[in-house]
Amino acid sequence: MNSMKITLIEAACLLGLLALALPGYAEAPAYNAVTDARLRAPEDHNWLQYRRTYDSWGYSPLKQITAANVSKLRAAWTFSTGVVEAHQSPPIVNDGMMFITTPRNQVIALDARSGEQLWRYARELPDDLFQLHPTNRGVALYGDRLYLATVDAYLVALDARTGEVIWEAEVEDYLAGYYMTLAPQAIKGKIIVGMSGGEFGIRGFIQAFDATSGESVWKTSMVPGPGEAGHETWNEDDWKRGGVSVWVTGSYDPETNLTYWGTGNAGPWMADQRPGDNLYATSVVALDADTGKIESHHQYHWSDAWDWDEVSAPILLDVTRNGRALKGMIHAGRDGYLWLLERDKKDIRFVDAVPYVHQNVFTGIDPESGRPTYDPTRIPRTGARTEFCPSIWGGKDWPPSAYNPDTGLLYIPANENLCSAISGEPAKYRRGELYMGAKLAEVEVFPTEAAKDHVGELQAWNMATGEKAWTVPFKSHNWGPVLTTAGNLIFSGGTNDRLFRAFDATTGKILWQQKTNSGVVGVPVSYAIDGKQYVAVQSGWGVDAQRKQDFLNKHWGTSTQVPQGGVLWVFELPDAP
Amino acid sequence: MSKEPEQPEPSRGRRALLRGAVLLASGLATGPLAAKKTDARKLPAQAGDELCFPSWEHDGRMLLAGEIEIGATPLLVYPRDPATGVVRERSRLNQILVMRFAPEDLTESMRPLSADGVLAYSGLCTHTACGVSEWKSDEKHLLCPCHGSEFDPLQKGKRITGPAPRSLPGLPIASRGEHLVIAGPFTSKVGANA
Repeated sequence: MNSMKITLIEAACLLGLLALALPGYAEAPAYNAVTDARLRAPEDHNWLQYRRTYDSWGYSPLKQITAANVSKLRAAWTFSTGVVEAHQSPPIVNDGMMFITTPRNQVIALDARSGEQLWRYARELPDDLFQLHPTNRGVALYGDRLYLATVDAYLVALDARTGEVIWEAEVEDYLAGYYMTLAPQAIKGKIIVGMSGGEFGIRGFIQAFDATSGESVWKTSMVPGPGEAGHETWNEDDWKRGGVSVWVTGSYDPETNLTYWGTGNAGPWMADQRPGDNLYATSVVALDADTGKIESHHQYHWSDAWDWDEVSAPILLDVTRNGRALKGMIHAGRDGYLWLLERDKKDIRFVDAVPYVHQNVFTGIDPESGRPTYDPTRIPRTGARTEFCPSIWGGKDWPPSAYNPDTGLLYIPANENLCSAISGEPAKYRRGELYMGAKLAEVEVFPTEAAKDHVGELQAWNMATGEKAWTVPFKSHNWGPVLTTAGNLIFSGGTNDRLFRAFDATTGKILWQQKTNSGVVGVPVSYAIDGKQYVAVQSGWGVDAQRKQDFLNKHWGTSTQVPQGGVLWVFELPDAP
Repeated sequence: MSKEPEQPEPSRGRRALLRGAVLLASGLATGPLAAKKTDARKLPAQAGDELCFPSWEHDGRMLLAGEIEIGATPLLVYPRDPATGVVRERSRLNQILVMRFAPEDLTESMRPLSADGVLAYSGLCTHTACGVSEWKSDEKHLLCPCHGSEFDPLQKGKRITGPAPRSLPGLPIASRGEHLVIAGPFTSKVGANA
C-alpha cells in the first residue's frame, strides 16, 4: 500500500510540473469546486447531481420559465452526440459548465450557455463486451473531479476541467457479468457506486471509493453471506449467485448520514429455484455513508419472481399522514404499489401502500409490517407459463418520479394496462452468461383490452392526503424521467412520438411540446446562467423502451419505429424585445 | 465477494492506476504508470492451440475428444497455448462450442471442418455478442437466449431465425491423440459487427 501512495504522490508532482508546461492546462476554464456544502444545498441555478438534491426530488427552484410563458419556449441550441442507444443521463451543470454521458461511456463537457464542446472522454471498451443494457445515467461531481461508472465495471475519475483521466479502479470483473450504468453518488470524500448484472448470476453490492486515491473504503453486499444478518433468508448456496443488482443512484439524509438505495430482484428469476425471502432483494436499504453498515431496510416484496427490481431510490420528504407528521420516504414501485415509509436513524417503518396501476399478484398487505401476500397462481415457476400484471417492467421502471414542494404533488411516469407471461425453466449457471431460469427471448409482454385506450401515464399524487390528484394518459408507453420546477411546471418525454412536453404542475394540462430527433428517455434538468433559465434534456431512444415497443408492435401488428441517435436539447425563452 | 478460482492476476484492490494520458505521452511513465503488459490470456485463438475447459469449470482440464457425445449439449471450451500452457480465457471472443454428430450426418463440405464428427463454433452471437448458451436438442440448433437467434451447426452455422445478421463463425479442428486442436482460423469475424 505504501508503494501505491508513493506512486500517487510522484505522479501528482509530475502532473503539477506538466500542468505548468502545457497550454491546455493553463487555458482550462475556471471551475467552481464541488463541496459537500454545495451538494447539500446547491445554488438554485445549478444541477450538481443526478436528481439535483440528495433527497431525490428532481425539483428546480428556478421560476423564470412558468406555466404562463412556457408556450414561448424554444430551442437555444442542440448537440449531437454521435452515439446510438439509450441516452438516459441528466446534463449535470456546475456554474455554466455542463457534463453529459452517452452509451458506451462517453463523457462530453460543454459550455452550458453556447453549447460549445470543451472536451470529450470516450472510454476504450473491451472488444468482447456484451451489453445487455447499453446506457449510462450520468456522472458525479466532487472537488474538481468528475466520476463515471462504466459498463466494463470500472470507476473512472476525470479532471472536470480537462477530461484527463486521474485514476481508474476496477470494481469487478466484466467477464463474470458485472457492469455499471448508474451515476455515482458523492458524499464526504467518497464516491459510492452500485453494481449491475442481476441477469448473470452475480452477487450485487454497493461500494465506496476514496474520491482522491480511488482506493476502496467499504463494500457492502446486497446478498448477505454466512454469519451476516439476512443470510438466513437464502437457501444453501443460492446466495452466491443471488443477483440483487443496484443500478440507480441512492438518496442521502445528511442529518442521519444514511444513504438510501433501492435494490434489484433476486436471481435467477424463478423464485422456486431460490426459496426464501432473499434479503436484501427488492428493498430499500439504509447504509451509514461512512462505513457502509446496513442500519435498516424494508423489503417491498419478498422472493420476487416477476423481475420487479425496486432500484429507484426513495424520495425523502416530510409528510403529514392521518394527522401525524413524519419523516417519510416515497417510492413508486415496479411492483405497481406506491409505498410510503417512515425513516429515522435506526429504522424504516411501513406506513401505507396502494396500487397505482392494475396489479393482480398481491392479495393483501399486512397493515403493520407492509408484507404482501400473493396469489399463488400469479407466481412464475419452473416448468410452467404464468401470467401476471403489471408487466416485467412494472408500473414504473427506472425513470425517476419527481416531487414539487409548491404543489405538494408527486409525479409518477407510469405504465398501465400491460401484463407479462414468463415460462420458467431450470437455470444453469455458466460464468458471464445469462442466468435467469427463463429465456429472455421468450418472455412475453402484452397489452390488456384497456390498453387500446392508453398505456403510458403521468400521474400526480397528493402527498398530504395520499390520494391521486390526476392522470394524463398517453397512447404510447411512457419511459420519461420527470423534472418539476418552481415555475409550476413539469417536463417529461418518454413516449414513442418523440415529444418532449411541459405540463402545468397543478393541473397536468399540457402547455407546450417539442418534437425531437428521437424518443426522450433522458433525465431533464433546469439551470440558469447570469439569471437566464434553461431546460435541458437528452433525446435518444433505446434499450428497454425500444424492447417494449417491439413487444407492442408484435402484439398490435404495428410497425412503430423510434429512430436512434442522441441529441442534447437546451431550451430557453426568447429574450424580451 | 465470492469469486471463482482464477489464474494469478494483479490485485483488483490495488488497481487504482494513474493513467494520465499526458504522462504516458510524455514518456515519463515508469512502473505502474507504464502501459499494461499484454495479457496472454486475452490473445486470439491460434492454429495449433489445444482445446480445454476454463479454470472455473472442470478444474480447467484438457478436453478429451471421447467425452463429447453425439447429439449432447455442446461443451464450452477455450484455446490453450501448447507451448506455454496459457489458457486464452480472458476474452469472450475465444469462447468455443464443441459438439459431435454422427459422421453420416455431416455433408461433404462440412467434413474438412470436423474431427470424427466433432464440430466447433464461436460461442458469441453475431447480433450483439451475447453468449450462444442454449441448445435445442430436437432440432440440433444453437440458440442465443438474448434475442432468439438460432444457428444450424450442420449448415456451417447458418442463421435459421432471429436478428443475427450472419452465420455463426465455425472453427476448423483436428484430432491430436485423445485431444482436439485448432486447425485454422475462424471462418468469419467473431462477435457482433459493431
